[in-house]
Parts: sequence; C-alpha cells; structure tokens
Amino acid sequence: MSTTRKRVYGYLAEFKSASALYKAAEKVRDAGFKKWDCYTPYPVHGLDGAMGLKRSVLPWFVFFGGSAGCATAFALAYVTQVVIYPTIVQAKPTNIFTIPAFFPVMFELTILFSGFTVLFGLLGLIQLPRLNHPLFASKQFHRATDDGFFIAIEARDAKFSPDATRDLLADIGGTSIELVEEEN
Amino acid sequence: MAANTETASQQDTGVKLPVLKREKLILNERSYHWITDRVCGIIENKQPALWWLMFIPSVIIAMIGVGGGLIHLVSTGVGVWGNTNRVMWGWPIVNFVFWIGIGHAGTLISAILFLTRQNWRTSINRAAEAMTIFAVMCAGIFPAFHVGRVWFAWFLAPIPNANAVWQNFKSPLLWDVFAVSTYFTVSLIFWYLGMVPDLATIRDRCKPGIRKILYGIFAIGWRGGNRQWSHYEMAYLLLAALSTPLVLSVHSVVSFDFATSVVPGWHTTIFPPYFVAGAIFGGFAMVLTIMIPARFIYGLQDMITMKHIDNMAKIILLTGTIVGYAYLMELFVAFYSGAIYEIEAFKYRITGPYWWAYACMMSLNVLSPQIFWFKSMRENLWVVMLVAMCVNVGMWFERFVIIVTTLARMWLPGDWKTFSPSPQDQMLFVGTIGMFLMLFLLFLRFLPCINIAEVKWAKEESDPHFEDNEEHNDAGAEDIAAYQKELESSKG
Repeated sequence: MSTTRKRVYGYLAEFKSASALYKAAEKVRDAGFKKWDCYTPYPVHGLDGAMGLKRSVLPWFVFFGGSAGCATAFALAYVTQVVIYPTIVQAKPTNIFTIPAFFPVMFELTILFSGFTVLFGLLGLIQLPRLNHPLFASKQFHRATDDGFFIAIEARDAKFSPDATRDLLADIGGTSIELVEEEN
Repeated sequence: MAANTETASQQDTGVKLPVLKREKLILNERSYHWITDRVCGIIENKQPALWWLMFIPSVIIAMIGVGGGLIHLVSTGVGVWGNTNRVMWGWPIVNFVFWIGIGHAGTLISAILFLTRQNWRTSINRAAEAMTIFAVMCAGIFPAFHVGRVWFAWFLAPIPNANAVWQNFKSPLLWDVFAVSTYFTVSLIFWYLGMVPDLATIRDRCKPGIRKILYGIFAIGWRGGNRQWSHYEMAYLLLAALSTPLVLSVHSVVSFDFATSVVPGWHTTIFPPYFVAGAIFGGFAMVLTIMIPARFIYGLQDMITMKHIDNMAKIILLTGTIVGYAYLMELFVAFYSGAIYEIEAFKYRITGPYWWAYACMMSLNVLSPQIFWFKSMRENLWVVMLVAMCVNVGMWFERFVIIVTTLARMWLPGDWKTFSPSPQDQMLFVGTIGMFLMLFLLFLRFLPCINIAEVKWAKEESDPHFEDNEEHNDAGAEDIAAYQKELESSKG
C-alpha cells in the first residue's frame, strides 16, 4: 500500500509467568544477547542476575549529590553567619565554632540534594522521559503493565537473526512471538 | 499409614525445617489483571454518589475556610487571629504542628516499613503518601501567613534582599523552614516516582485521547523493562533510606522550636522522640480514618485486608503508649527536677483553666488506644474508626496543651493571659480540613490510590522461584538431608 519501509525493532515474546520468564531470561543471557530486556508488570526480584545485569550505579550519583548538598548548606550558613552578616544571638559566637547550630540545615540539604539526584539520576539512567518507543506499536505490549511477562530482543543486537532468534524464543517457552516494527 | 514414604526421609534428615505459612496479603487468589482492573476502575468508572456527597461539602468548606479566610486575613491583618501579645503562637502553630504530624505516617509507611521489609505496606503506602503531601500543604499555610505580612514570606528563604539582612541559621525556626520544605519536596519525589509504573498502567488502558496523552506525559514513557526496574528499585531504596532519617528529623526540628526556648514546660530533652512518636501515632490514625471508608466504598477489601488494619491498630497502640509514657515522664521530670517554675507549669496544665484540654489529651491519646490490646476490638471496624477519630482529636489537643497553656503562663505574672481563638482562627482550621479532604478525594478520583505494581509483587506467585518451590514443597528438606548425609560420611 505504501512505499515506506519500516525498520524492525526486534522480537517480542510472551511468557506465562514470572518463573517462566526467569528461566527464559537465563537462556537468552547464556545465548549471548546484549540488547534485550524483560518487561514485567512489577519488579521481579532476581531477574537482574538472570539477565546478567550489574548493580545500579545510582548510589554513587547520590553520594556525590548528597555531599554537594551538605557542602552547599555549610557554605550558605558559614558565609552568611560568619562572613557577611555576623550577629551574636543566643550567645553563640560568630565563628566556625557555631557549626553545631548549622547541622540541621546541613542535614536537610544533604537529603534534599540527594533526593533530587535520585530523581534526575534515575531519569538519566533509564533514559526517560521519552514520548514514544517502538515497542508501543505492538498490539500486545500494553499488557506488560497489567499481567503480561515479555522478552524483547532488539534487531540491533549483533547476535540477532530473523529466524534463529525467533526459534530461540519459541524454544525457551515464548508464545505469541511478534516482529515489532518501528512506526515510521 | 504413609510411613513407607516417610521413613526414608526421617532416617536421613533429623533436620526438617518447618516453614510457617505467611498470612496472605492479597485475599481470594486475585489475579494480576483483577488488581489492575479494580484499582484502575476507581479512576475509569463514574464516582459513587458518596464521593460527590463528600467532595462538594469539602470544596465549599475549603473555599470559605481557606480561600475566604485567607483573603480576609491578608486584607485586614493578622490581628483578626486570636493571638495576643503573650500567646503569640496560638491556633496557627497548633494547626501547623498538627498537620505536619499527620504527614509522618505516610513517610513511615513508605520508607521505614520498606526498609524493614514489611510487605503489608504495599496496599496502603500510596494513599498514605498522598495524605502526607496534602497534610504538609495544609500545614504550610499556617506559618506562611503567621509571619504577618505574607508577601514578605520569601524572607524565610536565604536569598539576598535589598536590606542586606541574612537569616539566622542558628535559629530552630529557620531549621524548620529547611526541614519542612525538604520534607515536602522529597515526599513528593517519592510519591511521584512510586506512581510512575502505575500511571503507565493507566496510560496503557486508556483509549486514545486527552486522558491518554495526560497520563502518558506523567508516566514519562515507562515500559516496565527490567533494565528500568533495576535502576528504579535502587532509586526507591535510596529514597526510602533518605526519607527514614528525614521523617525522624522533621518532627524533631519542629520540637526544637519549643525545646530550645527557655520556657518551663517546653525546655525538655524528651521533646524530639516524644514529638516523632506522637506524629506517627496521629498519622496512622488519619490513615485509618480515610482508608477504612475508602476501602469500603471502592471494594478494596481483598487488598486492604483486616491484617492491614490489625497491624495499623497495633502501631497505634504502641505509639499511643509511647506518647503516654512521654506525658508521664514529663510530669515526673518536672517533679523530680524540683524546679518550681517547671512544677507550676505542669500544675497549671492539669488544674488550670485549660484542664479540659489536658484531660482530653490524656484520655483520647493514652487511654482510648488501650482497647486495641483486645483482638476482637482490632477486628471491629467501628471500634477502630472510633479510636482513630479519638486519636485525631486527641493529638490536636496535645498540641494545644503544649503551645497555648505554656504561653498563657510564662515567667512574668503581668503577662499571664488566657487565649481563645477568634472565629477566623476556627474558620481557617476547619477550612484546612476541607482542603485536605478535597485534595484526597481528587487523588482518589484521578490517581491510582493503591500501588498496583507493588501489590502484584506482594503476591506469592510473583516470586520467580515460586514454581520451583511448588515442585519441591518440602522447602528444601531433601537438599538438607543430602547435605547432612555427606557431612556424616565425611566425619565417619
């Protein structure tokens, strides 16, 4: 009907339960695929290992974010209380020895900056927000947020082949295997 | 007998580890799809008449109380409040501490119970977190307008201004600004991040149209891939770990407003833990107050089970008793210190003109939850609801007792003055109750009030090893037996 050529995103296959998905994921991992993912309605614990994923690096971001928050709060308190606007109140000195009184704000800003780092760090790591994704073209993929367990292997993967990958997915228990194409 | 089959393993093992069956968190073997359907159905279907019956009055109360009340206050001046030259912290601060305290249960459920792996939290955390956000919004109104000229409220923030005056970072009041704003922001992040997968669920169920676009935007393109879940779970864990000290710090900082001042009745070291326990106590009562009706109206009994209510009742009993201990310890320390001002302050609280407030506080907060020692009472929803209401009222009186009775009788007899709230005071407080209810009802209407993804996760078969365990339902006894045998033979 049209002359537009669709790019293939990859194969999508459904599995009947979390256990089936887990076992299938181990096999896809062992087959050496790199660009693939399991789609589940809830976080399946242990799937990281079955997929061969490393521990998230997010805590490191947050460590530096939190440290920046602590430093910011100290700088803010020190500069305003000691350097540019020293006032003696509550019989507290206007020098570095007032630091215990700065602790609550330092604590709160550590948490605040860490919280923001978690949010933005996460969005960066999972590469969201994005408006669309090829998988959304699939007719069955909406069930991944309801009760479906899926594995999608991308065509970009070096090991991908139109026939062998389909057979692999069928072998490991995948049903309703679908070739997902990008919409334009 | 079935002895034949059992002898072999009995000889071998000696170790047969009994595994206690956990009480199910989701009743009636509900499927994943049922959970999705039931929670999303609340948003997708028409609201029951009861929803409108509560929503319309709460909007009116919020409009008159908060909208009208604040317009009147700002256009006339804070003098319309009943605060006097002595009782400078009257109702506004009572209400501020009351609402901030309400919020604490939400963060406790979402953060502390997450870290301690209390899986029953999954059914109630979303609504409790929403409650936190709305309660902090209500709380924020009071100090913001209590500053007098609200258009100068930005002076609270440490940003350069024309007078070259900087905030006093040694003051607990400034700590409060940081604590409360951080609390609100981090709670909002926690709440929103927790909701992203569920928003995606709603998005995927919507027909194309404006709703799909809006939910789609807020779902930020979530796909539920494990490469996302993996980071997401870490983010959730980090936020829980950050919120845990945060929630403990917020009410501690609020209590510093009192405890660091040299005022008899306030100047005590017990205040931070006492305030935090009280906040969790009052917060859980509010969770029950709003969840019991919501559970009933929307038919969520299979997800918010009697076990959930039982657990919350137990937490109320525990924290209520801690609060009772704190009340008594305050009295004991006043007596034991021998400080006449301290003793007089407490005498005044108990026998002075505000004795009724003290009596309300004691009976509603300490005595009423004691009924939860009885299982039959924890199972009776009417009793649970009644106690939760008692605690809501009692915790408000606690703040009233702490703030008003103390300020009414300080050092100089010339300053002694009793306090009574003005109609505007009362109007604003009632208005915030309306606002809280209005926001919560809107939340029920537009957002998933139960954490769909986590509730699914809490089902037994969600464990990827569930089917393996089904096949070997001896809970690993065979493996242990083989190991034991090997051990024996290596010894011999």
